[in-house]
Amino acid sequence: MKQFVISIRVSNKFGVLSRVASMFSRRGFNIDSLTVSATETEGISRMTITATGDEYAKKQIILQLNRLHEVLAIIEMPYENSLIRELLLIKIKNSSERHQEIMDAVNIFKASIIDYAPDSFCIEVTGETSKLDTFISVVSPCGIIEMCRTGAVALTRGSQSLKDMDMGYLNVYKKY
Amino acid sequence: MKLTGAQIIIETLIEQGCTTAFGYPGGAVLNIYDELYNNSDRIEHIITAHEQGAAHAADGYARATGKVGVVIATSGPGATNLVTGIATAQLDSVPLVAITGNVSTDLIGRDSFQEVDIMGITIPITKHNYFVKSVDELADTIREAFTIAKSGRPGPVLIDVPKDVQLALCEYNPQPVTTPYPMELAADYNIQAAAEIIGEARRPYIYCGGGVVIGEASKEVIALSEKIDAPVGCSMMGLSAIPRAHKNSLGMQGMHGTFAASRAMAEADVIVALGVRFSDRATGNKKKFASGARIIHIDIEPAELGKNIPAYLGIIADVKDAVARLTAAVKEKKNTEWRAKVEEFKARDVNPNFDPNDMRPFQIIDCVNKYTDIDTVIATDVGQHQMWTAQRYGFSTPRTFITSGGLGTMGYGMGAAIGSAVGTGKRTVLFTGDGSFGMNLNELATAVSFGVPVIVVIMNNGVLGMVRQWQSIFYQKHYSNTTLGRKTNFKMLAEAFGADGYECFTMEEFDTAFKTAYEKGMPAVIDCHIDMDEMVLPMTPPGGTVDQMIVKKKDINL
Repeated sequence: MKQFVISIRVSNKFGVLSRVASMFSRRGFNIDSLTVSATETEGISRMTITATGDEYAKKQIILQLNRLHEVLAIIEMPYENSLIRELLLIKIKNSSERHQEIMDAVNIFKASIIDYAPDSFCIEVTGETSKLDTFISVVSPCGIIEMCRTGAVALTRGSQSLKDMDMGYLNVYKKY
Repeated sequence: MKLTGAQIIIETLIEQGCTTAFGYPGGAVLNIYDELYNNSDRIEHIITAHEQGAAHAADGYARATGKVGVVIATSGPGATNLVTGIATAQLDSVPLVAITGNVSTDLIGRDSFQEVDIMGITIPITKHNYFVKSVDELADTIREAFTIAKSGRPGPVLIDVPKDVQLALCEYNPQPVTTPYPMELAADYNIQAAAEIIGEARRPYIYCGGGVVIGEASKEVIALSEKIDAPVGCSMMGLSAIPRAHKNSLGMQGMHGTFAASRAMAEADVIVALGVRFSDRATGNKKKFASGARIIHIDIEPAELGKNIPAYLGIIADVKDAVARLTAAVKEKKNTEWRAKVEEFKARDVNPNFDPNDMRPFQIIDCVNKYTDIDTVIATDVGQHQMWTAQRYGFSTPRTFITSGGLGTMGYGMGAAIGSAVGTGKRTVLFTGDGSFGMNLNELATAVSFGVPVIVVIMNNGVLGMVRQWQSIFYQKHYSNTTLGRKTNFKMLAEAFGADGYECFTMEEFDTAFKTAYEKGMPAVIDCHIDMDEMVLPMTPPGGTVDQMIVKKKDINL
């Protein structure tokens, strides 16, 4: 079982998110996170899906997504060659004993304080999943009031784009 | 020229080659039905007794003709009644376009009268579906739906059209019939690789599926089997592709397949799997399935390769083209030893005590077979009668076996038989059971109203035979809710519907009844009384292997 990130380009039509989500639930695959966003092309959205599974699950996820009419291109983000980022917003208790400890963590993790009150901080952190996980474990002794984080967004390094793969770039993923 | 949405729907259906639609009117499709009224000379509409029957009829029409079936239903319950029919078509890759009305866009999302989110409901059971928000996109949406339905691996597409969109005006420009998306063709190196594997084979076996029927590749597959001297076993969906009388045909394989097909597949060293998806009903225990064989899997759907059974060589391709090129690439060979062994297996399928005068399932099927024509479409419902038909009937023409394989929909038969008879313009014989027939027998009314030549043969054992069989074998004969004890008189029922009715207790009576009904070519029901403990054998237990196959009743002390 391994975690992997899949990026897909979809026509931004009514119900496309349902179709993608429905494929996962119907075939018993789990989504760890899913983000949908606009792209450089009007009418086209990009979904970044993080999922966990074995090689069989990964291949089936890609091939079953490929069957959806509105999915234009699919790529498994190459682990070594991808830029993957998440955003974390975390609200922590403020106290005189813990103040310096929190400020140090904010500096070390290149995080920023976006709200400050006598009894609480709200901190924004961006980075790879593991960095966010580490930050949370560092500040958790201070008392986490609440937190939320986005799923991963990801692009490959270099000049290649997912757009180049529309309607099937790899033979095996070709439509129909 | 400006047309209303409803007019555009009818014009586009006609433009895309639809001559017959099945359906049921209602509040949200009144405008469409008004246009059907105005255009009754250009497009025929068959109103069924229930929307489910209409969906199955469109499906049967598509399977028998290869054309796209069209079904129309109103919003809410009309739309949900299509669901079983759409799922049936999806599981068996049948090209279908379903058009549903919906409430006006200003009423959408307010739980209005007869409002249901049919697009959301059918996402997992359609190849694609649409909710049409504007009349501007209506014609192109219908065209795209036809294209998707018939491209690659076919499937059902649903289009939900709100009432105000049916009323709105829009410019309409006729277009030609759309062409399917181009098929993937096999790479030469894959054909070469497959030819080499087959060249090394000493015990080759061809596993032929529904894709061969849909892909119209029967001739090619037969030619391949002859050139490489390989026996051919079929999944149930592939049965009509290979003439049963052909020397290489082993009939159906799988849970209720012939001993010969199942044994030959288990002992093969190379399996050429064509247009199949290795369903659990066809493979049994996947881990132990044909463990000694190298599998060459050719299918048009990439997601099928390796989904159920890992392939040694998987090729995404149009099966007709790929098999033709493969046949050209392989060297002709003879596998004398292997074929002798297969002949021994075949002998195990012959019942030496067979008496054609016994009123039993195979005898009934043989009798039908004696009178039917080479291209007569045989439809079934789901259960024991379906398996007996698959095992016994001598199919010889593609698209002549119409049955719900993937979903296993009891109640499928009546609608499907009507659709196939309408599509082919010829008599269709429906084998059904008293259980399945009870589910949608209301469609007898449709057959009578439209004079559709459907001859219904009920294998009436008074029980839900297939479930009873499992209860006999696996549930200590606890016949929970399978002994129906109904008092229905099917002969009188048929007559009440305006059809001919026959009741038979002997083969002599059946022979006369079927001959009369078939020659008359009008809707008829023949009620055949058979024993409730008839079983479908051979049987490989679910998840079992060929070694656990039950061939005779005495194997399980029954």
